[in-house]
Amino acid sequence: MTDTATPATNIPTAPRGNNLRFYGMWAIGAIALVVLPLIFSSGGALTSFSLIGISIIFALSYNILLGQTGLLSFGHAVQYGLGGFMAVHLMNAIAAHGWFIPLPLAPLAGGVGGLAFAIVIGWVMTKRAGTVFAMISLGIGELVASSSLILRSVFGGESGITTDRTALPHIFGWSFGPQIQIYYLIAFWLMVSTIAMYALTRTPLGRVCNAVRDNPERVEFIGYDPHVVRYIAFCLSGFFAGIAGGLAAINFEIANSAYLGAAQSGLVLFATFIGGTAYFVGPILGAILVTYLQLGLTSVTSVWQLYFGIIFIAIVMFAPGGIAGIVMMHRPLIRAGTLGTVIPAYLVSLVPTLVLALGVILAIETVAHYAESQGSAFSLFGIPFDTGSPLTWAAAVVLIVVGFLVARITWRRVAEAWDRATTVARERGYLA
Amino acid sequence: MLELIVISTLNGILFGMLLFLLSSGLTVIFSMMGVLNFAHASFYMLGAFFGYQLSRWIGFWPALVIAPLLVGMIGMAVERYGLRNTHKHGHVAELLLTFGLAFAIEEIVAMIWGRSPMDYRVPAALDFPAFSVFSTNYPAYKIFMLAVSALVFVVLLIALKRTRVGLVVQAALTHPTMVAHLGHNVGRVFMLVFGVGSALAGLAGVIAGPSLVTQSDMAALLGPILFVVIVFGGLGSLPGAFIASLIIGLVQTFAVALNGSLASMFGPLDPSMGPSVLTDIWNVTIAQIAPILPYLLLVLVLIVRPMGLMGTRET
Repeated sequence: MTDTATPATNIPTAPRGNNLRFYGMWAIGAIALVVLPLIFSSGGALTSFSLIGISIIFALSYNILLGQTGLLSFGHAVQYGLGGFMAVHLMNAIAAHGWFIPLPLAPLAGGVGGLAFAIVIGWVMTKRAGTVFAMISLGIGELVASSSLILRSVFGGESGITTDRTALPHIFGWSFGPQIQIYYLIAFWLMVSTIAMYALTRTPLGRVCNAVRDNPERVEFIGYDPHVVRYIAFCLSGFFAGIAGGLAAINFEIANSAYLGAAQSGLVLFATFIGGTAYFVGPILGAILVTYLQLGLTSVTSVWQLYFGIIFIAIVMFAPGGIAGIVMMHRPLIRAGTLGTVIPAYLVSLVPTLVLALGVILAIETVAHYAESQGSAFSLFGIPFDTGSPLTWAAAVVLIVVGFLVARITWRRVAEAWDRATTVARERGYLA
Repeated sequence: MLELIVISTLNGILFGMLLFLLSSGLTVIFSMMGVLNFAHASFYMLGAFFGYQLSRWIGFWPALVIAPLLVGMIGMAVERYGLRNTHKHGHVAELLLTFGLAFAIEEIVAMIWGRSPMDYRVPAALDFPAFSVFSTNYPAYKIFMLAVSALVFVVLLIALKRTRVGLVVQAALTHPTMVAHLGHNVGRVFMLVFGVGSALAGLAGVIAGPSLVTQSDMAALLGPILFVVIVFGGLGSLPGAFIASLIIGLVQTFAVALNGSLASMFGPLDPSMGPSVLTDIWNVTIAQIAPILPYLLLVLVLIVRPMGLMGTRET
């Protein structure tokens, strides 16, 4: 698993203008966080933004493991969920005892919860990397998720533990009842965590993590213990996952065993990988897309999870760098000014690819509706279809077959155009 | 008590053999390609659903042959068109591909057959009690399951140790390049092994379907236990997988059958203490913690012997 030695962040070869651009990007991000709810102020939008913010923190914390240290975890939701439970218990204790701890500090308790669990279990888990770690994380995930149903007094069994976020002491006159205040709370923690996690990638520790991912043997030769490095990375990742879990608990005012489950772990893996693990912005893009799709697709189709799976498989097979990887691939071409060579080829191949995608969607929807009730009708993109008629099935098959055959030819043309563009870029010195 | 021990031992060995049908394929695939096939339990589920559907159309016995073949073909297609193309992106990408597949297969099965359990019945020819021990009738179908698992085990052993194909497979496990230099098509060997492994999982599904529950979440329930088995036994070790399968099978079966808790052994706690973690642990029965026992075993083994029971190599 060490043969994909891509840089986690591109090391700045620092001319001074870059510094300005770097801080400019963070400033734009911060301003966007403040301004967004002013533009889209509907309740639904605020809820979506809050969920996206939480899942960005969660995905970024996951990328400390997967992207930066090369640890593939199938049980990351454990730290997230325990963070959530920790925050809920703290909030209930504050309300019960009348302590003066305002709500904005509750996510920190979540972080401590995630960190504590990681410290306890992490040493055994990170003994080995690779496939063994993946399996162990899966096992621990199942262990904790099943235990949560047994230890009812802590986890509240099936129904979970509820809390009331407005019962905590108010500060700045904010009761944290309205969603807008929760949004700004999440935005604040999002900004803090993102800066902290970005800074982490720039520390010597972050660099050693990358080295452990790429070649643990050589790391050992220069005097570091890869096990210790993996352990520290695991603990830090657990801390930030706990913060995300604490925020989720505040947002929903409940923590239940679903927080800890395999589905949650799978979702964060999807988000991180679809976004791209090799770049810091990757998980951010992935979390935005996956959360948005999740919210959007559930109302449109009953089999939205299947679409998720297909998108994920397609990304793994054809673009393992994720969305960030695809975008970054084109940077040298833009600099060399050869992007124009590939764009026509892209546009040509877009048509059959869309046809193929349409065929797949039509096939899935037809099967799904046929299985629900045979011969039922449904409409797709405003066009009515009848699942009982052979015409619908034939249309799906034709779209898939024709789309696939033509797409294969056009994508070969794209590859040729790509080769031409990169050759020129290489000659101009923008590509190694 | 003796009755419980005899019946649970029988059931435990049966469940263990079933686990071995699955874990053997998974282990061989892992040692050959270095890929842990996350979708292996999904092939088991596909086997059960194909078996159910085919046995409704053409009867159980043809289904017993056709369903595993179908699943094997799907497995070969996955290897040929999926894993082989992903190989260049590294093991993580391959693992993630099978993870995505497992996810998609579960959704497809749920989409076609729904999420409720299927009415997959034991074939009439085997629907009678084989013998009775201590007034409990032991169904003949379970004996049949045991026989099929044992037969597959023996056939697999002979095929691997005594035939020419088995020799090539064994060589390709450790020295794939050398085998290729000797003129064998290693790619095809990989595809074949993947197909056979998937077909075995499918077979396990067909025979386990009527006895256990045939439902769209059966892969998600069994998958993690399967991984526990092969990590517990030592990654890539076939004898390890065999022993671990039996141990996990027996442990699970006995735990479900036992109804004791700390409270029943030492008497209930003082009720004035109120609910706490201690009362939770005190009152939980062994049957209730049966689902988490495999994972506890996993953690234990990792602390005591990180490479697993029979494992030799670091991955």
